Amino acid sequence: MVAASFAEFAQQVLSGLASGGIYASLALALVIIHRSTGVINFAQGEMATLSAYIAWTLTFNHGWSYWPAVALTLVISFGGGVAIHRVIIRPVERGSVLRVVVVTIGLLVAINGFVLWRWGGEPQLLESPFGTGTVQFQGVILTRHEVGTILVALGTVGLLWLLFRFTKLGLAMRATAVNPDEARLVGVRVTWMLALGWGLAATLGAIAGLLTASSLLLDPNMMVAVLIYAFAAAVLGGIDSPVGAVVGGLLLGLILSMLSYLSQYQAFSWFNEELKLPAALLIILIVLLVKPSGLFGKPEVKRV
Amino acid sequence: MTPREKRIAGFVAFGALVVAVAVFPAFVSDFKAREWAYVGIYLIALLGLNMLTGYTGQISLGHGAFMAIGGYTTAILMAGNEQFGGPISGGMKDIYTLPLAGLVAGAVGLAFGLPALRLSGLYLALATFAVAVAMPSTARRFAEWTGGGQGIQLSGLPELTGGSVEDVDILGLSLSPNRWLYYLSWSIALVAYAVAWLVLRGRTGRAFRAVRDSETAAISSGVSLARYKTLAFGISAAFAGVAGGLFALGTASVSPDVFPITLSIFLLVGVVVGGLGGLSGLVFGAIVITFLPLWAQGQDLGSLLPQGIVEETQKPGGSSIVFGVVLILLMFVLPNGVSGLFRRAGQAIAKRRYARSE
Repeated sequence: MVAASFAEFAQQVLSGLASGGIYASLALALVIIHRSTGVINFAQGEMATLSAYIAWTLTFNHGWSYWPAVALTLVISFGGGVAIHRVIIRPVERGSVLRVVVVTIGLLVAINGFVLWRWGGEPQLLESPFGTGTVQFQGVILTRHEVGTILVALGTVGLLWLLFRFTKLGLAMRATAVNPDEARLVGVRVTWMLALGWGLAATLGAIAGLLTASSLLLDPNMMVAVLIYAFAAAVLGGIDSPVGAVVGGLLLGLILSMLSYLSQYQAFSWFNEELKLPAALLIILIVLLVKPSGLFGKPEVKRV
Repeated sequence: MTPREKRIAGFVAFGALVVAVAVFPAFVSDFKAREWAYVGIYLIALLGLNMLTGYTGQISLGHGAFMAIGGYTTAILMAGNEQFGGPISGGMKDIYTLPLAGLVAGAVGLAFGLPALRLSGLYLALATFAVAVAMPSTARRFAEWTGGGQGIQLSGLPELTGGSVEDVDILGLSLSPNRWLYYLSWSIALVAYAVAWLVLRGRTGRAFRAVRDSETAAISSGVSLARYKTLAFGISAAFAGVAGGLFALGTASVSPDVFPITLSIFLLVGVVVGGLGGLSGLVFGAIVITFLPLWAQGQDLGSLLPQGIVEETQKPGGSSIVFGVVLILLMFVLPNGVSGLFRRAGQAIAKRRYARSE
């Protein structure tokens, strides 16, 4: 009996980590853009939805097989992210933050409308690239999709870390984030670095969108809640810290799945699915009040 | 213009606005009067939000939630929530609930303002956005207070003036329900406009602007950040609460769907389009957020684009595309909103007069 409930518990932990992996990917996208441009991209979730639909239409309507379709989707997403920065964000980048916020909100509304207009509102099925079976280990049963999600999230983070840590391009991007003026002085092409950041973020978002679409269903509004969880994850980890975004995402997935798990007991019976979003909100508020810089962020110091 | 001339011009403009508001319904259909009533309601909320975002520099993406609090207060005081197992029996006449809606929302705003003191800029935007997103599911969860997903129906209640179908007799005039809503919301909007102007022109308004322009300089000059930031939150939430109460009277019901997340977004858009830190542009902001979605809905994507690009027209989603694109374009062409346009026009006139006097 005890062993069975332990397996159940471990299962809940791992599937929490799997949804956490999705939050982590999107949170990482938000963090990359915020670090370099100081902007929070409210359209990040919708961009991810659009990417997922592109992959779906490639496989479903144009007969591509899964992996080439994904590869092409990632490339298109990257290009789209760069284009969005060059065409829409750059003209309003200088001046009030609010203008950029409203522009990204406009983008959110427009992309959401486009997806609905182009592909309709009925949910579509996008199969998981990892197959449909389950993996069993010591009585813990996981779907292959959950295992794949965790691995993809970790793999992406690893690749990004390599990019930022060991390549000249990564160094230039970091320099742009830290001090754009001085970076420009030493010959970094700052605006292209920013556009590249948007491209990377769009690619990460596409990964999050694909993973979400194959764990739920493909639906025009599927990323709305995920975006909020990604916000919560980014704030939890520190909105300027890529490592923080990943840890925050996994932690958030874990917390939410633990709350669902505990709700079978008397003391937590007040918790139900309706309260998942408010719980994420509460986490945002608590973190912002107790440690606004998040778990891994550096506190902001203002000079006068 | 000298400050004195400016003030006189301001009074004249306000007087003109009052007259225009009073005679306007005579020229439009009953149905249009209802749409313009919503312009008045949005104006109240925008006046409040502008005090917080435009004058004090605190971004709020969650003002729809304060409107929801006001709306639910009005609905619960009118209809009660005993039928869901709640404690309030209701029975209050609709217009008396509006001040209370403002008070309750204002109190929540003050309470939210305290933790928000530690946040600034985008962090505050995120926190308030989270509030707006979480509001519908919270309302559904506490169904014994709010009626859950079904919400609270107000139409036909004796507490709702005219029950939203009969004509309303007031001051010897007989008004259709739509015109009654129009005059009710615009009278409150004009009072709110005057209140906002009075608050902003004096000591408090100066303190707000000092906080916005430089917190450090404000503290050094003895302006208490805690006091004025929470005050701005409280006042602006109270405005939103009154607007939310009126909104509930207009829709004759409240439910989580009456106050969606898009409402909060629209309010911020209205303030930015109207122009931060100016009152005159807000009327245009309110007009934009009332009519732009309606206009976008009526647009046919096929007819806006060159022929042959889209084959099937009139599909769902097209209106959102138009709305989003127009929003982005507005930010491109009006960097400082309509108020900024007014200011630039005023400067141009002053420049020409100066050139002539030489």
